[in-house]
Formats: sequence, structure tokens, C-alpha cells
Amino acid sequence: MDQVKLTIDKREVVVPKGTTILKAADSIGIHIPTLCYFELKGMNITNKPGGCRICVVEVEGRRNLAPACVTEVMEGMVVKTNSVRVYNARRTVLELILSDHPSDCLVCAKSGECELQDLAIRFGVREIPFQGEMSTYQLETSSSIIRDNNKCIMCRRCELVCNEFQTVGALSAVDRGFQAVVTTAFNQKMSHSPCTFCGQCVAVCPVGALTEVDNTPRVIRAIANEKKTVVVQVAPAVRVALGEEFGMKPGSIVTGKLTTALRELGFDYVFDTDWSADLTIMEEGTELIDRLTRHLNGDKTVKLPLLTSCCPAWVNFFEHNFPDLKEIPSTAKSPQQMFGAIAKTYFADKIGVKREDLVVVSVMPCLAKKYECAREEFIIDGNPDVDFSITTRELAHLIKQANLDFETLEETPFDSPLGESTGAGVIFGTTGGVIEAACRTAVEILTEKPLDRIDFVELRGLEGIRSATIDVNGFPLKIGIAHGLSNARKLLEQIQKGESDFHAIEVMACPGGCINGGGQPLNHGNAEIIKARWEAIYQVDKNLPIRKSHENQSVQTLYKEFLGEPCGHKAHELLHTHYFDKQKVIEIKVD
Amino acid sequence: MSSIKIEISQNTRSKIEEICKSYNYEQGELINVLHKTQEYLGYLPAEAQEVIAKEMNIPTAKVYGVVSFYSFFTMIPKGRFPISICMGTACYVRGAEKILDEFKNQLGLSVGETAPDGLFSLASLRCVGACGLAPVVLVGDKVYGRLATDDVKDIIAEFKNSADVI
Repeated sequence: MDQVKLTIDKREVVVPKGTTILKAADSIGIHIPTLCYFELKGMNITNKPGGCRICVVEVEGRRNLAPACVTEVMEGMVVKTNSVRVYNARRTVLELILSDHPSDCLVCAKSGECELQDLAIRFGVREIPFQGEMSTYQLETSSSIIRDNNKCIMCRRCELVCNEFQTVGALSAVDRGFQAVVTTAFNQKMSHSPCTFCGQCVAVCPVGALTEVDNTPRVIRAIANEKKTVVVQVAPAVRVALGEEFGMKPGSIVTGKLTTALRELGFDYVFDTDWSADLTIMEEGTELIDRLTRHLNGDKTVKLPLLTSCCPAWVNFFEHNFPDLKEIPSTAKSPQQMFGAIAKTYFADKIGVKREDLVVVSVMPCLAKKYECAREEFIIDGNPDVDFSITTRELAHLIKQANLDFETLEETPFDSPLGESTGAGVIFGTTGGVIEAACRTAVEILTEKPLDRIDFVELRGLEGIRSATIDVNGFPLKIGIAHGLSNARKLLEQIQKGESDFHAIEVMACPGGCINGGGQPLNHGNAEIIKARWEAIYQVDKNLPIRKSHENQSVQTLYKEFLGEPCGHKAHELLHTHYFDKQKVIEIKVD
Repeated sequence: MSSIKIEISQNTRSKIEEICKSYNYEQGELINVLHKTQEYLGYLPAEAQEVIAKEMNIPTAKVYGVVSFYSFFTMIPKGRFPISICMGTACYVRGAEKILDEFKNQLGLSVGETAPDGLFSLASLRCVGACGLAPVVLVGDKVYGRLATDDVKDIIAEFKNSADVI
């Protein structure tokens, strides 16, 4: 590749042709401030509209300052990133942005994580000299996401992830000039838009314009209510990310500290969503085996490929965009909802508590899980199977409020019986994990002999679309995996055209899967964090004595004592669901 | 959990489909499609944008983004007698603003609005190329030139009367 030599702040640097000034400077440790710029390496997410102008630099021989994030290097270029002219320009740009930004940082949900606040600190801004018109938008709340457009700085990161990475198309820049803002079509509520509540817009928003609905006050109230028994379940991806909120290094495995913290917070039972992930595999795996067996026996009516259904944003996505395919996903509920359904029946009976006196809280890496709890089909007589879902970030806030020194907490195990889990349950937290867990069970049952290997490494990785063929007694089981809804869309379009030869496809909406969900500690564009969590998930799996879902004794006991057979009558009633056509219908008006 | 319904008349729907087809559903032709649709309907209601979005396979939010960006596009239906006041340089220096203010007062409308009875709507535009007649006002296709503020009430009355006759 052609190399280009240039000078940045009197230092020579050689970089490949096409490199931006920003990256060239970065390569020699000169970190030019940015705001709208966002990149998630290896995930195909790069936002560089060159809009905010915080990254301007001086280029010798040019009249105007150049935005470093979009200006490519040229041979012999002489760049100054720290001249007085640059300082002044950057400061003015920042002050102008701040002049139309609420100064309620003390009580802002993004405080401490806000990239605009970081810049104000870095630049030492002590007053905002410009006073002019301020935006006055209404706050919009859904079950998962709060939009406060008064805080929007038009970086358009959310628009990029929503349209390009997720191909959801709920958000767009609208209007012009001072009125320009990112919003939904006709400023409608998010629930009227094709929004899947994946929360990736929240994950990339540099300011407090997009935040999660905070359920922690409701959780605290439930715990304080003596009449209520409060049960908590923790999703797999939380245990490899929560530590970051307490300064621990990315990829720290904090399962034992997490359970202790939850007990300290006052939860009566601390359970594991990994347990219901194992249960999900019993149902989804049985469904896969059933569909495959029928397919092999020549049944032409059988619907293949089987699509996984654990990810609520993904479920929303196909309901909105591919309702014609709504019969092919597994009907198995997600682990969160399976947990709720069992906790409020089997477990409530076991401990002699009435359904309405049992509160189920979930800790999730996800914003769509909040929406999922509120879906009508998961609410019985006004009482939801899962009462409140909080994110990893919200849990961190609760722990901090409770004066717990997280890092030094003792390690304790989950409670029994809904806390016993296997390595198969843990890997649900990353892309490829659900289908690997399903394979560990389905292949062993189909071949009727113990697996000669537990690790299906061919299913692992962080590429957006992956495929692998697994030999099942000579039958080639073809698996597809997608994370990111744009990648899922490609696989679904193949199915629509009849060009897909997969038997099963796993989809997760977020880049990397749940480890990088919309409710996780913010990555601020550092893909290494995601990689570390990804490795940690497989480490947790490796450390567990039992690594196949069908060997989870507590789940087997549940079938014996309560459910009967996997995919049997009772299992269907409690653990399976159905999907809806949410595509907008254009009807002809009769005058 | 039922899907959201959008209602539109058969005629409008067929016409929009025809327009989209004539541009071969090319996403790059969105502005032209919107232009033609507004030419036909007089404005771009949300329902029409939904149909265009569906036909062209573009998110509705993006279609709305384009409609809201260009001042030429409007989501408000024009009146039966759309009044446009030229605010080009020549008209402006010859008192177009006073004429505009007079229309605003008489009709109780701001620029971009349509009267509740649907009779009049008020818009301002840039140079119609009849600078010799400045200040110029268009009502529908009819051109009024060399106007004074006193003429405004007569023009309004003229169209009100013609509406009564019809």
C-alpha cells in the first residue's frame, strides 16, 4: 500500500494513503478531541459526518481549518493540532454547542459518561459566553428508551446505527437549521415507529439525548415492601461487564461478587437467567430436533431454518419487517420470560407465595428486555411474568447507592433451584452462543452418544455473518449466525427468496451480541472492551463443571416435578409464545 | 398488539404508486417522487409519505426527513385560493412586506398557514420574474401587480364572492 509522510505537531509520521489526520495523529499518541466521530472497529460502524468541528486542525497552506476526522493525509502535509488558532476555534465550537444545551449535568442520566461534559472539562470551560435561543422539545418516553431532543447535539450517531447498522430506520435527521433534530417519522412516539428498542442508539449517544428508562426506584420500592418476595435473575452478559462500572478491567468475571451485592441490596432470592437459558435449550433444542427429524423423514411442510427467538429486539425486527416469516422462528420464549413464567408458577408454589406477592426483577444487558416485560402476552391478569427489568448500568447505580465496595465483596453462589446453570447457559451472552448451546444438546441427543468435543469453535467469532456445517452422524447440519440487524436482514432476504440452505440461524440484534447490549457499560467506541467480554464469557463456560443444558439437574427436576416433557402441553402453555404482524397496514379509505 | 393502520383513498394510492413506478422505484429519485406527489395532492400528508416510503423501500423517517428539510414541500394542504406574495428584491423594496402584513391581518393567517374553512392559504415566494409589476401577488394562477395595501381587501373580497357564486 502507498505510504504517505507528513508532519503533525513537528513530528514526522508515515501512514498508509487514505488515512485521516485524526488516525495519523492517534498513531503517534496525539489524541485530537472529537465529538460526533464514533468508530467501533471490526463491527462495521463508523460515524464521521464531519459535523461538529471539534476536531479541527491547522493545515499549512490551507485557508480554513480542516476537520481531522474526514480530512485524508497528503504527502508533505504539515499539520498543527495545538495552535492558538485551533484552540480558539475548538473552544468557540464547544461554547456554541453548549449555548443550546441544558446545563442540568448534576441530574443528567449521562453525567460522568457524557462526551460533551468530558470536552467541557478537558477544555476548562467555565462560562458559556453565548446566550441565544434554546431548543424546547417535549420529552418522549417508551417502555425502554427516553428521548430528550433538547440535549441532542446532532452528531447523528444514533441515526447511523439505526439506519445503516440495524436497518431499522426509526430515526432520521429532520428539518433544517436551528430546528434540525434527529427524530422519528412525523415526531411520532417510538412505539408507533419501527423501533426495535435494541438500544444501540442509547449505547452510542454521546450525551443525555437518548437514555434508558430507569426502573431502579420501582425495584427499591418492591424490596422495601415487606409483603413482597422479590426474586432477581441475572443475564449471562452482565457478569462479564458489571466490573467495568467499578473500575475493574474489561472482561473481569464478577459472578460471585454480583450475587453477594444483590443479596446485600435485599433481594430475597438471587437466581440466574443462565438457568432459564438451559431451559430454553431444552425447548428450542427439542423443537430443532423435531423439525430436523420431520425434514429428514421427507415432511415438506416443516419450516426451516429454525430462527432463534431469545433476543427481543430481533423479535421486534422480524415482526415489523418480515411478518411473512413469523412462523419460522422458534416459538420458545426468551430465557428472561421463561424464568418469569416458571418463577411465578412452579417456584411461587414451592415457597408458598401467591403470584401477586412475588416480584420478579431481571438484570439485563439490554433495553429491549424492558419492552419485552411489557408485552401483553407476557402479562396475566395485569401481573407481568417479569415485573421490572434493569440494565447492567442501573444495577451499578443501585450498588453504588448501597455503599457497597464492589471489588472487595466476598464471592457467593446463586440460590437454588433456579440458580443452577451450565456453561451452555452462559454463552447465550454472546453471538454464536445460543446456537452452540443448542448444538451441544441437539447433536448429543440426535447421535445418541456423548459429544466427543464440547467446544464448537467454528460457531464462534465476531464477524457479522458466519456459517458452519456440523456433522451429525453423516448429516450436514448447516448453521447460520448473524449479529446486527442489517446482517440478519441479509439472511432473512435469502430465506424469502428461497436461497437459504441453513437448518438453523441464530440472530442477536447488538454488535457482538448481549455482551455489547444497549444496557451494558458504555464502550465509547473501544472495541477491545467487547473483545475482552467475549473472551470472558467463554472463560466462564470453560470453568463450569457442567457445560450442556440437558445435564442441568435442576432443569431436569423441573420437568419431572412440574412440566412433563420438553415441548409437551404444560411446557407449551408456559414456555412458548407466538408472534405478531406489526407491519403498517395501508388501508383504502371509503369516502 | 395490532399493527398500525394508515388510511388513504384508492385514487391517491393508485396515483402515488404510478408516480413511484414512473421513477422505477429508484431511491435517488425520492425528491422527484415527492415533487410529483405534491403537484397532484397539493401537499404531502403523512399518509402519502407512508405509501411513498413503502413503495420506494425507504424508511418513513427518512422520507419525512426530506419533506421537512426542503421548504418547498409542505404537509399542510393549500387553500382553494392559494395566495403567494413575492418577496424578491424588487417587490421587497416596493413594499411587499406591507402587503404581506395586510394579508396576514385581514386573513388572520401566518405564512405557511391555511384558513380553517380551506378557502385561503398564505405563502411567500422569491421573484416570479415580473419585477416591472412589483410588488406582485399571485392568487392561484392569477397575477396582481403594482399593489398597494388598500387593494388587499378587494382581492380577498373578489375571491370570497367567487366562492359564494360557486
